Amino acid sequence: MTSAGVTARRVALHAPTWRADVVIVAAAIAVLAYLTLFPLAILVLGAFSSGGSVFDFQFTTRWFARVLTDQASFELLANSLAYAGGSAVVAFAMGTAIAWAVERSDVPLRNLWYGIALVPLIVPGIIHTIAWLFLLSPEIGWINAPLKGAFGFSLSAYTIPGMIWIEGLHSAPLAFVLMSAAFRTMDPSLEEAAAASRADPWKTLRRVTLPLLLPTAASVVLILFVRTLESFEVPAIIGLPGRVFVYTSRIYLALKQYPPNYGLMAAYASVLLAISVLGLLLHRRVTRHAERFATITGKAYRPRRVELGRFRFLALAGLAVYGLLAVALPFVVLLYSSLIRVYTLPSVENFRELTLKNYSFILEDDLTRAAIVNSLKLALVSATVVVAITSVVAWITIRTRTPGRGLLDFLAFVPIAIPGIVLGVSLVWLYSTIQIGIYGTIWILIIAYVTRYLPYGIRSMSGGLAQIHKELEEASTAAGARWWPTFRRVTIPLLRPALLAAWIYVFIVSLRELSAGILLYSTQSVVLAIRIFDMRETGQYTAIAALSVMMIVVLVALVAVLQRLGGRTVQAT
Amino acid sequence: MLEVERLRKTYTTDRGGVHAVEDVSFTVEDGRFYTLLGPSGCGKTTTLRCLAGLERPEGGVIRLDGRVLSGEGRFVPTYSRDIGMVFQSYAIWPHMSVFQNVAFPLEVSQDRPSKEEIARLVKEALALVGLEGLERRPAPQLSGGQQQRLALARALVRKPRLLLLDEPLSNLDAKLRQRMRIELRELQRRLGITTVYVTHDQAEALFLSHRVAVMQSGRIVQEGRPRELYASPASPFVADFVGDATFVPGEVVDGGVRALGGVVRCALSEALVPGAKALLVLRPERLLVHAGATGGPNEFAGTLRVAAFLGDHLDCVVEIGDTVMRARAHPAAELRRDQKVWVELPPDHCLAIPDDGWRPRALTRTFEQDTE
Repeated sequence: MTSAGVTARRVALHAPTWRADVVIVAAAIAVLAYLTLFPLAILVLGAFSSGGSVFDFQFTTRWFARVLTDQASFELLANSLAYAGGSAVVAFAMGTAIAWAVERSDVPLRNLWYGIALVPLIVPGIIHTIAWLFLLSPEIGWINAPLKGAFGFSLSAYTIPGMIWIEGLHSAPLAFVLMSAAFRTMDPSLEEAAAASRADPWKTLRRVTLPLLLPTAASVVLILFVRTLESFEVPAIIGLPGRVFVYTSRIYLALKQYPPNYGLMAAYASVLLAISVLGLLLHRRVTRHAERFATITGKAYRPRRVELGRFRFLALAGLAVYGLLAVALPFVVLLYSSLIRVYTLPSVENFRELTLKNYSFILEDDLTRAAIVNSLKLALVSATVVVAITSVVAWITIRTRTPGRGLLDFLAFVPIAIPGIVLGVSLVWLYSTIQIGIYGTIWILIIAYVTRYLPYGIRSMSGGLAQIHKELEEASTAAGARWWPTFRRVTIPLLRPALLAAWIYVFIVSLRELSAGILLYSTQSVVLAIRIFDMRETGQYTAIAALSVMMIVVLVALVAVLQRLGGRTVQAT
Repeated sequence: MLEVERLRKTYTTDRGGVHAVEDVSFTVEDGRFYTLLGPSGCGKTTTLRCLAGLERPEGGVIRLDGRVLSGEGRFVPTYSRDIGMVFQSYAIWPHMSVFQNVAFPLEVSQDRPSKEEIARLVKEALALVGLEGLERRPAPQLSGGQQQRLALARALVRKPRLLLLDEPLSNLDAKLRQRMRIELRELQRRLGITTVYVTHDQAEALFLSHRVAVMQSGRIVQEGRPRELYASPASPFVADFVGDATFVPGEVVDGGVRALGGVVRCALSEALVPGAKALLVLRPERLLVHAGATGGPNEFAGTLRVAAFLGDHLDCVVEIGDTVMRARAHPAAELRRDQKVWVELPPDHCLAIPDDGWRPRALTRTFEQDTE
């Protein structure tokens, strides 16, 4: 998975120090291979071993036999595919519709919808899931209680359709972001040529716009599929009580049972890994094919907007309903739940007895405070380490001809195919055996997070570097500057928007991460998402609501501030 | 003095093709303006990048003032070479002001001048290119022409021994390009800085250079003063690349070439003996179209296919037998399409060279389509 947009002509900017070059690349390969390939190798070995540790390898096919032939395994596969496929389709349909309305139609209040569509990206999955539990719980859900009262039936969240809906709603912003980029970078003259050939708007859409978008659409659906497949929040919080098992939740159960069965867990993880890799290989095929449709020129066009006429307010209503379901309703239900003593449906008495007790409980709770500190530490360290590693790796792969750079790029991209929980399984297996004192500490989480977010860093850095004309760096060497002054005074300042974007992204997603840490944490390394997960097991729903409200407010504010900071640096290029 | 001996380098172009610079040798005397001219992919930019040290040659030697920059087991890195370079994209650092851009080469140098000295040198360099007073301006706010000047000031501020220019004018619009051409020429002549220039624009090369090397497929195919290249091209490729030309194949006879249904009196290049295959090089700007016969030597009758008014002349296309050639007529001449005309080929301006089989893309094709 090499990064795209790299020009073929590469330069040795620091020509005389070939040996230093090779040493740096070799070191980088060693570090990345240790972070990415090594745990996977250990995982696959573990799936074939009946021994009690990494060193105690005794070959067996027992675990795979069980995973692949067990009666329940077909159900597991069917559930996983249905859940991931269904969510991908739901998210794609919603995200694309919103993207089209915002980018290509004259629907009113476009900027507002743009912002609203992005908010769920910031809200942690676990919070979104719990909010929807408040809404769709069969007995006490806000939506179900009146339904049951009026029609005698309810829409249970604890089913595959329920899971698909909740996860799809949460993934829609990703589809929105990717599809609106596709709409924006599509050359409008392609559609104008169709119009000039006397095609009406409907024919233009059907014969030109949609076929051009098809490869992009396929790639977006695949990305959504893989990401949903590896998601843990909905499968654990809704799937487990509803007895709808998918791979991620099954792996979690295999660890929770006593004694934990590492071999079985590793076998399940290997299967999940295989499906995920398969999905990404398919994605790669689709996107390679897409290059022939040279619609993405990197230029942002000002597209002609479709005049909706009398459908304008229908579209507006659709967007409003989305805003209500994805943002307003979940937040309101959390806010309400955070202000009452014991969770019940809204009633006059409840509103009379609103309390801030949950907030004071959260702020005084030692475990939660520790979780806040741990989460911040983790986010800071992970973001900084990822940016540091990937800026150098991206520079080597894009700007030099050093042997091994292709491998380096590949290694940094491998984790994109590793589901968080699979990474967790491999690291548990690895560091519970190799006692170097990080098992159960925050360090194992740092390793997990850094590994998991390497691809995002590499993507941002490679993209940023590819946009910096190599002559800008060459001009610096021609002006007499050596490698380091060039890197420090020319490359880094020009790369700042990409650096900042990557840092902010990794920082935010680290604060929300659940699946990579769920198998790795201990009482001294609890993080926010895990704290919520734990409180849910002890039924402290009103406290969770209070913590969730605080997290949402802080995260949204943080993103707004960081975006503004980042935006200011963009003008330099 | 810059000496390049048997330079070799294989490289991949942006489009993925593999090319090579093979056995390129040339010498640039002190203070001279030397141009590498050729179509894209001919190796001219790669040669320049080898001079800069941005590419590592596979063979050959590069010497500047007798000191080896590359070859003989040595390779001086770019940052240690006494050069100034202007890139095709200008490569103006967008995160710096005009002043910071020009000051950079001084600030990173091993014996960094004092602050006051840097300020003075920057001012001097900016004055040289006519950008004085813009020191504080952020670089991205400059116009294309100003960025070009800034790039030049940055290349000159260290007072390098060698100035390297990689198609610096190609991103400017036509009018501005003409003006910058004059300024660049004057600046180089005034400073007397040894300069190597790369371009695919023959007019630019002729205008600016003391000497021009024409490159084709990684080799220098002819080198000389602009006048020599124009008047006595060594091959059809050079004749076509330096100036416009119509090629007419024929057989050498005594004092001329049998072609166009007769004998064309012309200068014969040395290798040509009677009986040999030759190619007539006819420069359109030298051929005169008349409405009637004048009775002079080298006059051939044909049919006028195109006559377009271009201000100081009529640009004509004439068909003589199955040969189609471009020529000129007096702007006041009354000529109509498809009428019979006589083309005068002044013997002094006709040249025959050995026919190596190379041909430019044919004019005939487009002409037929135009008249339909």
